[in-house]
Amino acid sequence: MSQLKLKSENIKVFYKDFQALYDVNMDIEENRVTALIGPSGCGKSTFLRTINRLNELIEGTRTEGQIYLDERPIYEKDRDVVELRKKVGMVFQKPSVFPMSIYENVAYGPRIHGIKDRNRLSEIVERSLKAANLWNEISDRLNSPAARLSGGQQQRLVIARVLAVEPEVILMDEPASALDPISTSRLEDLIAELKKNYTIVIVTHNMQQAARISDYTGFFLNGQLVEFSCTDELFVNPRDKRTEDYITGRFG
Amino acid sequence: MLTNNTREKFIKAFFWLAGLIIVTILFIIIAYIAIKGVSAISLDFIFEAPRRAGKEGGIWTTIVSTVYLTLVSLIIAVPLGVGSAIHLEEYAPRRSWFANLVNLTAETLAGIPSIVFGLFGFVFFVIFLQMGWSIISGSLTMAIMILPTITRTAQEAILAVPAEYRENSLALGASKWQTISRVVLPSAVPGIITGIILSIGRAVGETAALILTAGSSLGMPEGLLDPARTMSVHLYILAMEGISMDRAFGTAFLIIGLIVIINYLANLSLRRMSYVNRQI
Repeated sequence: MSQLKLKSENIKVFYKDFQALYDVNMDIEENRVTALIGPSGCGKSTFLRTINRLNELIEGTRTEGQIYLDERPIYEKDRDVVELRKKVGMVFQKPSVFPMSIYENVAYGPRIHGIKDRNRLSEIVERSLKAANLWNEISDRLNSPAARLSGGQQQRLVIARVLAVEPEVILMDEPASALDPISTSRLEDLIAELKKNYTIVIVTHNMQQAARISDYTGFFLNGQLVEFSCTDELFVNPRDKRTEDYITGRFG
Repeated sequence: MLTNNTREKFIKAFFWLAGLIIVTILFIIIAYIAIKGVSAISLDFIFEAPRRAGKEGGIWTTIVSTVYLTLVSLIIAVPLGVGSAIHLEEYAPRRSWFANLVNLTAETLAGIPSIVFGLFGFVFFVIFLQMGWSIISGSLTMAIMILPTITRTAQEAILAVPAEYRENSLALGASKWQTISRVVLPSAVPGIITGIILSIGRAVGETAALILTAGSSLGMPEGLLDPARTMSVHLYILAMEGISMDRAFGTAFLIIGLIVIINYLANLSLRRMSYVNRQI
């Protein structure tokens, strides 16, 4: 049993009158990959975004309940969101590199957090790109525009950009959905490596992917966490009829 | 009965013709001005001060006045315009009464004829605030005139920046202002430049509003409170008072040249400030 990193207690999310999540309780362990699966609109991405409080960007969103990061509540009046998001990085569905050079993309995070020393920045950039398995491919053209990289490279660049901030948790929202099969498999390898140092929560549409890369899996349906357990158990021996129907492809 | 194919060809030919007509008109105008104007142009014409109301000498003071007045207008209008665009697109809640009001005002301002601005500038800046006919009165009036263009184009440029940039930046722990200043604005710079270039064209070409606010003195303006005659005003007076048609065309030719140069410089300097250039 690994250490508890995140604990969600009765999380409810409302978009104006619509309730998107109903009392989600989940324990997320350190240095493990936790996968969130379920059909579109089931609330899995909404749940992911409660962990770095990104739902707050949408007007009319209200969150109830509590999430603890290392036993400290995330939803607290004087909790510094910047500090939270520094600890909890996020990789989005569509690789979105900033219109800057490769180097500037990775240095962006450290820079906004106050690092100015050029040597230190270069060090961080190199370390992050290496950790994201991108360094070898692009080390000779750090100053070229990031937009020229391939989709798979861009997604790894985005991961490097997240790593440069030195987070503890990395949230991934369907990070492979825009990638070809080869890039996807490289990304999955990378996730397996990253979990040695980071806690990863990943939303995926792809059940095989969840089965391949995750230690724990949560199945969401209509805003509820139907089932949450060890990945092997959930796929081999689902307790809930709805989980079974979903993973055997009866709906979704 | 036309076949699909022939119809397509006709349509294509129509659009081609439309393009051709535009190019031709533009070419004829520029060629005409060039032919009529070039004979008047010499280094002396450009760099000498006018004498005898412009009948002799050059137009140097009007060139300086034009650049001076345009720059001061931009220095006033660009921060305000871009600032209000940032407010509207990034901070104001959608459909708030204040955002609606600012939008409505910008639209209304854009539709008001320049002479009306001139009248306002004359009454308010020149007389009420006792600024007299001066660079500052003219620039403030011009600034109000170009503000809607700058705001609108900046708004569109900011709106066109992908929402993912903002999300990604915020998720990295950036504050809202860091996100705006480091990601959104640099991405929006090309669109903002477009607005500035349109505004420069308007300021350089303006006559009526400036005669009322900056005056038509041919002296060299030495400070913000000095009166000034811009090239377009000079052109108008040269032609209107029958001073010299050749010199009017010479001035017209130089106005076009000046706009080309200013646009080029605006492009160059602003692009250098943004990351966007480094990418392309």
